[in-house]
Amino acid sequence: MAFSSSTSQLHRITAIPTNSSSSSSSSSSPFLNQSSFLQFNKLRSSSPPKSFAVSCVLANQSMAAAVIDESSSIHQRPDSLGRFGKYGGKYVPETLMYALSELETAFKALATDHEFQKELDGILKDYVGRESPLYFAERLTEHYKRPNGEGPEIYLKREDLNHTGAHKINNAVAQALLAKKLGKERIIAETGAGQHGVATATVCARFGLQCIIYMGAQDMERQALNVFRMKLLGAEVRPVHSGTATLKDATSEAIRDWVTNVETTHYILGSVAGPHPYPMMVREFHAVIGKETRKQALEKWGGRPDVLVACVGGGSNAMGLFHEFVDDKDVRLIGVEAAGFGIDSGKHAATLTKGEVGVLHGAMSYLLQDDDGQIIEPHSISAGLDYPGVGPEHSFLKDIGRAEYYSVTDEEALEAFKRLSRLEGIIPALETSHALAYLEKLCPTLPNGTKVVLNCSGRGDKDVHTAIKHLQV
Amino acid sequence: MAIAANSAASFLQLHQKKPHSLFRLNSRNFVSFSSKSSSFNPPMASLSVASSTLGLSETFSKLKKEGKVALIPFITAGDPDLSTTAEALKVLDSCGSDIIELGVPYSDPLADGPVIQAAATRALAKGTNLDAILEMLNKVVPQLSCPIALFTYYNPILKRGVEKFMITVKEVGIHGLVVPDVPLEETEVLRREASKHNIELVLLTTPTTPKERMKLIVEATEGFLYLVSSIGVTGARASVSGKVQSLLKEIKAESNKPVAVGFGISKPEHVKQVVGWGADGVIVGSAMVKILGEAKSQEEGLKELAEFTKSLKAALL
Repeated sequence: MAFSSSTSQLHRITAIPTNSSSSSSSSSSPFLNQSSFLQFNKLRSSSPPKSFAVSCVLANQSMAAAVIDESSSIHQRPDSLGRFGKYGGKYVPETLMYALSELETAFKALATDHEFQKELDGILKDYVGRESPLYFAERLTEHYKRPNGEGPEIYLKREDLNHTGAHKINNAVAQALLAKKLGKERIIAETGAGQHGVATATVCARFGLQCIIYMGAQDMERQALNVFRMKLLGAEVRPVHSGTATLKDATSEAIRDWVTNVETTHYILGSVAGPHPYPMMVREFHAVIGKETRKQALEKWGGRPDVLVACVGGGSNAMGLFHEFVDDKDVRLIGVEAAGFGIDSGKHAATLTKGEVGVLHGAMSYLLQDDDGQIIEPHSISAGLDYPGVGPEHSFLKDIGRAEYYSVTDEEALEAFKRLSRLEGIIPALETSHALAYLEKLCPTLPNGTKVVLNCSGRGDKDVHTAIKHLQV
Repeated sequence: MAIAANSAASFLQLHQKKPHSLFRLNSRNFVSFSSKSSSFNPPMASLSVASSTLGLSETFSKLKKEGKVALIPFITAGDPDLSTTAEALKVLDSCGSDIIELGVPYSDPLADGPVIQAAATRALAKGTNLDAILEMLNKVVPQLSCPIALFTYYNPILKRGVEKFMITVKEVGIHGLVVPDVPLEETEVLRREASKHNIELVLLTTPTTPKERMKLIVEATEGFLYLVSSIGVTGARASVSGKVQSLLKEIKAESNKPVAVGFGISKPEHVKQVVGWGADGVIVGSAMVKILGEAKSQEEGLKELAEFTKSLKAALL
């Protein structure tokens, strides 16, 4: 069984006492780190790449060989067919198969494309505003102190401070550059909350690319501010009325557009979902979140985080934070899904908690579906989490027990939305508020001084319109 | 004939053990069929189909000997309702169809354009599900002379279990299967189970498929090769891309397997054109679905469907 062997591989790897400083010392460029992985992936059958070997020299010499050897297996995730265990793959119409392999080839070629990396690094720094701070949330930490004064320390990875107000731009900017490399001048994207749409519209304006955003008609109503922003940035926003008129339908429509215009168009998929190579590629473009976190944690407290917390819709901000730490067995990875009206209400978007394995939008993963395999309409107050699927790597991490997934309700998220606003002067996105809400359950269980890093994936200005209907302030 | 006997035997067995397992009906299902379900005998129906109707590749072989090209209409099951679908299958059969593709409605049909999407949405809204479709087929298939290929997305197959799905569709007399969101790389399980149960798994090739890849698809496809005529989703188009001619030439140089052209074929002129280019079959979908979906009454829809099918058939003669 391929699946069980990869499980045991992972456990073998994580059992090795790796030196955390070795990874953080490799490169200051977020993309160079991942490119060394790509080279490694390509060359894995021949010789280990120099960049990786160099970074390992800093660790215990005798250990270095073992690290290289074992890391090769973990870095094969996904495998050549785009599988994370049994999840992932390429379940798309034949018309797209060539474009997907072309995309994969182009992505892999970036490993040796120094010009690309230089340009991306420059844009991430000067345009996006990276690196994003790792902020000690002092009053939130105080809030979770027990009567005896003990409790965890809570840090926020401030992706909300990125240009356009969310982590989404990390991926959008990199894919727009990639599209230019591929010679594709027309960009399409799907969006739920509008954050990915805004990020895509922004980078298209920046690079002079034509931009078409598919958005569920219902979401357009919920996120009117973001619709205006996208239009202001020069994008065409196409309402999608089919199905449930939300993110899943916008995604289907974007895929149909891509099937039709594949020769001229690049599809900037906004999550770690969809057919291979998207789950891998989007993860790599967001991996900068975790890489910076490792470096910043080392600077701030000379160690690693103990617990990582992030919200999960498709799962891109969570993968971006988790990926760097998947091999650090002692770092807990916690993903928080949307329980909507409640996990047993039938009105939720808790795919990993309540879903069953199936195929949607090109990948095998957990899905919300009925007895006939029809996709069920999800519900969340947060448009960005309102998706019946989830990135295949999350399904894999859940099954092997490496990451834990929980869910919080609309109501709990709204409370957390208000709490962070009041305690820290930070209005979080409703998506992020789900991760924040889970602190209520998590913090009382954590030993004193536990370092929790929560991905503050987006800011909440876009959500005040929704919150007004529910919150008394 | 061993196959036919086998299939009938397994069907009987299944029925004796669990009389209602095949057609688990719930309140959402198609009512008129469930009320009639006791009046027919599925095992006999299944037996007669398995022994009389040719499979997809056999159909093409027979047509080739006669110097004919296959007419393959597509309709969506349950749009506007399953009783219309049942009648439409009989109409299509009697008006000269050689194979019928029957679409199973799905909530997220990625490869389909607006017409078939809307048909699927309407069908699902009426509570159409796979069990109800199979029950309808169990009754109608014995009355047809041409084989049926199911066109379904992968998730409903996965949900049921690939093997169980193959057994079930074989029992109602389905001969072929088209799964538009499973490209060659992902077909391993489907192919194994389909071939075990004597279902022909039809693969698709497109104008964006590189030649080397097309060769692998031609080799793996069963029944016929489905040549997608244009880059895009299903739906009627004003004209057929001239690229189809060169694609047909390339495919014919590789293999003797029959090739049917689909996606965007909607008029007798289109049919004439692709036949002239050497196609062994033509697939017409959205145009048929539109007729049934837009008709004011069942009677009117079926009448128009008959006329349209005859006009396409005439273009083939």
